[in-house]
Amino acid sequence: MAIYTKEQAQALLKKVLSYSKADECEVSLGGSEGGNVRYALNAVSTAGDISSVGLAVTSVYGKKAGSATINEFDDAALERVVRRSEELAQLAPENPEYMPMLGQSEFKEAITYNANTAAMTPESRAEMVGKSLAVTKAANLNAAGFLENSTGFNAVMNSKGLFAYNKSSDVTFSVTTRDEAGTVSGYAARGFTDVNKLDTAAATRVATMKANASKGARAIEPGKYTVILEPVAATYMLENMFRFDARSAEEGRSFLSKKGGGTRLGEQLMDPKVTIYSDPFNADLPGSTWGGEGLPREKTMWIDKGVVKNLSYSRYWAQKKGVTPVPGPTNIIMEGGDATLEDLIKSTERGILVSRLWYIRMVDPQSLLLTGLTRDGTFYIENGKIKFPVKNFRFNESPVIMLNNLEALGKQERSISVESYRSYLIPPMKIRDFTFSSLSDAV
Amino acid sequence: MRRRDFIYLTGLGAGAMALPNLSAFGREIDAQQALEYVDPKIKKALADAGLNAAKSAGASYADVRIGRYLNQFVITRENRVLNVANTESYGVGIRVIANGCWGFAATNEVTKEGIAKTAQRAVAVAKANAKLGSAPVQLAPQKGYGEVSWKTPIEKNAFEVPIKEKVDLLLGANGAAMAGGANFVNSNIFAVNEQKYFASTDGSYIDQDIHRIFPSFTVTKIDSAKGSFETRGALSSPVGMGYEYLIPKASETVQGITPRYKQRYDMLEDIKFATKQAGEKIASKSVDPGKYDLVLDPSHLWLTIHESVGHPTELDRVLGYEANYAGTSFLTLDKWKSGNFKFGSDKVNVVGDKLQPGSLGAVGYDDEGVATKKWDIIKDGVLVNYQATRDQAHIIGLKESQGCSYAQSWQDVQFQRMPNVSLQPGKTPLSVDDMIKNVEKGIYIIGNGSFSIDQQRYNFQFGGQLFYEITNGKITGMLNDVAYQANTREFWNSCSAVCDERDYRLGGSFNDGKGQPSQSSAVSHGSSTTRFNGVNVINTKRKIG
Repeated sequence: MAIYTKEQAQALLKKVLSYSKADECEVSLGGSEGGNVRYALNAVSTAGDISSVGLAVTSVYGKKAGSATINEFDDAALERVVRRSEELAQLAPENPEYMPMLGQSEFKEAITYNANTAAMTPESRAEMVGKSLAVTKAANLNAAGFLENSTGFNAVMNSKGLFAYNKSSDVTFSVTTRDEAGTVSGYAARGFTDVNKLDTAAATRVATMKANASKGARAIEPGKYTVILEPVAATYMLENMFRFDARSAEEGRSFLSKKGGGTRLGEQLMDPKVTIYSDPFNADLPGSTWGGEGLPREKTMWIDKGVVKNLSYSRYWAQKKGVTPVPGPTNIIMEGGDATLEDLIKSTERGILVSRLWYIRMVDPQSLLLTGLTRDGTFYIENGKIKFPVKNFRFNESPVIMLNNLEALGKQERSISVESYRSYLIPPMKIRDFTFSSLSDAV
Repeated sequence: MRRRDFIYLTGLGAGAMALPNLSAFGREIDAQQALEYVDPKIKKALADAGLNAAKSAGASYADVRIGRYLNQFVITRENRVLNVANTESYGVGIRVIANGCWGFAATNEVTKEGIAKTAQRAVAVAKANAKLGSAPVQLAPQKGYGEVSWKTPIEKNAFEVPIKEKVDLLLGANGAAMAGGANFVNSNIFAVNEQKYFASTDGSYIDQDIHRIFPSFTVTKIDSAKGSFETRGALSSPVGMGYEYLIPKASETVQGITPRYKQRYDMLEDIKFATKQAGEKIASKSVDPGKYDLVLDPSHLWLTIHESVGHPTELDRVLGYEANYAGTSFLTLDKWKSGNFKFGSDKVNVVGDKLQPGSLGAVGYDDEGVATKKWDIIKDGVLVNYQATRDQAHIIGLKESQGCSYAQSWQDVQFQRMPNVSLQPGKTPLSVDDMIKNVEKGIYIIGNGSFSIDQQRYNFQFGGQLFYEITNGKITGMLNDVAYQANTREFWNSCSAVCDERDYRLGGSFNDGKGQPSQSSAVSHGSSTTRFNGVNVINTKRKIG
C-alpha cells in the first residue's frame, strides 16, 4: 500500500512518535503510485509502473538534530528508526540556525487529489498513447512522446502536536511529431489534475499541425523582434525567475538585491500588467496548503501590477530580521487577459510566434540573463497573419527585462515546463524587443 | 576503524533545514552500513532465480541487475556543516526479450521469490508491448564471461575516511575563503559507490565495485556599493577515483596563470585563488564583442566536447529515440555512411573510451554485460563511428556492441549513454605558453560556466569561470561578461592547434541527463589546451533597471 488515508497516516505517525525519547521529534510519511509510457518512431520504447512509500524521523536534542529513514513498517523497525535518529542527533554538532518545531496548527483541506487520475492503469495509459499514435500515423508523421501519471501523499506529525496531511494526483503528456526525413517538427504538452481533461489525440493534432506548417522554414536575420510566446515557451523562460527568496536578496546575491544593500521589495520592477501569485485553492492548479516548515499556505501575491509585493522568509531568516515568516510558493499563477493566441497574432504588425523554448541556462544571475533556443514551430507574423515558418533562433534575454517590454497578455492556461516538469498557469504573451542573438539550423 | 569515527556528524537534521532533497538517492543509512558488502555467491543465487523465472515465462533473453547504490554527501557553508548524509538504494532490475520485444520490471524485494515475480512481470510487459507491433529486437552476439569481477582502481575508499576528516577539509577551505575576503562560500564532497551485479542468459555473472568522487565549492564576493556580485567555482573535476583525489600532490598541479589539477586536487590552494579571482572579476573589463581566437583550457573544453561531440554521436539520438526530450542529432546516418563527413579540422581526433583510469565512465563491463573498450569516433576530422548498445550494433554494421549501456539505478531500465568522449592530444610538441605566444587577438578561458546547445547540436553558447585577454601573444588582463557562440561543425573546423599530451587532463559531469523519465549518468572528457580561430564572442552584461 503506497497511498495512506489521512486516518491511516495519523495512526502510524502517532505510533512512531510514541517511541521517541528526544527533546523534539518529527515524523513524516510519504508515498506515491504511478506509471509512464515512452514512445518513439511510432512505437512504445519503454513503460514502467512504480509504487513506493517511505518514512523519515528527525530527532532533536537542543540544537542537535539527526534524521533517519526506513521503508519497513513493523513495530520493531519503527522503533529502530527512531533510535537511530536519536543516536545520530546525539553525535551531531549544534546547528545555529535550528528553529524549534511548531505546534498544532489548522491547515485547510487541499483540493489536489483527483480520483480519475488516481485510477489510471497500464491499460488506460496504453489506450491514451494509442490515440496519439493514430493521429501521427494518419498524418504520415513520426511521434515521440511521454505520458506519466502520479498519485502521492505526504503527512507529517511532531511531538509539539503538529499534524498535516496532503494527497495529490497529476498527469502530464508531451509529444513531438516529425517527418521521416527530419525536416519538420511540432510539439504539444499538457498537464492536468483530472485526467478526464487530457485529450491526447487533440494535443497530438496540434503538434501535427505545427510540424506540417513548419515545412520549408526560412532563415531571417537575428535581432530584436516582437515575439508572441505561447504558454509552454513563456513558462520555461519565467520559471527561472520564480525565486522570491528574501535571504539571498538581503545577502546581495539575487536579482532582487538593491544597490547599496537591502531588497527591491515595494519597487516597480516590471510592467504594470504583470501580476504573479500563489494560490493553493486554484481549481486548475491546486497546491498543498502547508509548507515544509509546518507553516500554512494561503494565497500570496509576489508581483502585484509590476511591484514586488512579497518575498519568502524561512522561519530562521524571519526571526533574524524580525518579520513574519512567509513560506515559498506552492504554485505559480500569472494573471492574463481575455485575448486568445489568435487575437495576439492578429494585433501584431511584424513579429515571431514561438511554440517552445529549449536548453535555457543562466548566463548572469545578477540580471537573470538567460540563453536558449526556439524549437518545434517558429513562425514569422506580418500584418496580423502567420506568413511563413522560420529557422530557429538562439536568444539572450532576461525575464525581468522581458516583463518590462510586455505589450499584451492572452488568456492564462496550464502549461508544463519542458525541463523541470513542473506545471504553471501562464498566459501567452506579446513582448517587444526580444533579443535573438543567432540562428540555428536545427529542426 | 571505530564505528564512532565513521558516524561522527552523520545525519545532521536533514528534515530541519533547507537542503537538497536527498531522498531521491535512497534511504539514509549510517556510514558503517556503507562498508558492508553483499557476497557475490548470494547475488548469483538470486540472479539465477530471476533468469530461470524469465525463461520459464517465455523470455528468449533476460538480464538481471542487482544494484546497491551508496551516496555520501558532506555539505557546508561558511563555518557551518549544513548536512552529512549517507544514503543507500538496493534492489533488482530485470530486462527481458519476449515475443521480440523488450520488457522491464524492478523490485526492492531482494529475495528469490520477489525476483522471480518481477521477472514474470517483465515478461508480461514485453508481451503487452509486442502487441503494439514493431521490428523485433536484434541483439548483437555476446559471449558469456562466466563469473568475473571489476573494481575501480582506488587507493583510498572515500566511505572509509572519517566524516570528520572531510568536514575539517571543507571548513578549512571555507575559512581560507572568508579570511581572503569572501562574503559567502559553499563547499561539498559527494562520494558514490555503485555495487553492481549483472547476470544474463548469455552466461555472464559480473560483479563490479565502482567509485566516484566530486569535491566542489563556490566563492561569492559582493560589491554592495555597486550592487554587483561575482562567483568563482572550483576548478576540480568529478573523477572515478577514491579519496586519494583530495590528497594534493605537486606533480599533479598544472602551473600557469592559475593552478589547475590532474589526478590530484588541492582544494585549499584552489579556493585561495578563487577568492582573489572572484574579487578581480568584479573589477575586470567588460569584453568588447567580436571575433577572437580562443585558447580553451581542458577545465573548460570538456563541457564543449560533451555537448557538441558526445551528444550528437549518440546513436539513439541519431535514430530519433530522444526526439521528444533531448532532441535528435545533425550527425545523421548518411553523413557517417559517406565516410568523408568533415566534422572538424584534421587536428580533431576524438575517441570513445570506457577504460580510461580515473575517468567517471570507466567500468569493466557495461549494464548489458559487454566488456568495455576504446574506439575512434572522429578520425583526422572525419566522422567514423557512433556510440552503440547491443540492440543498435547491427544498424551501423558492428559485430559487437561498443558497451554504451547504463542505468542510473536498479529501478531504471538501461539504455544508450555516452562513454568518456575525449579529444586526443596533439601529435607534435606544443606547450600552452607556446600556443598563447602565437595568438594576436584572443581570449584564454578556464573553467566551465553557462552552457546551451540546440536540439540537434549545431548552435551553441558557452561561458566560463575565468577569461584572460590575449594581445599580441601576451596575457594582458582579466575580462568579464564573455560568452562565445558557434556552430558545432564550423567551430571544430576552426580548431588550429592542440597542445601535446603533457597538458592532457580530464573534466567531467556527475549528472548528465537524458531519457524520459530522465536518468543521469557520470562521464569524463579529456583534452589538452586547444586553440580555435575566429570564434564569435558576445558581451553578456545587462541591466534590469
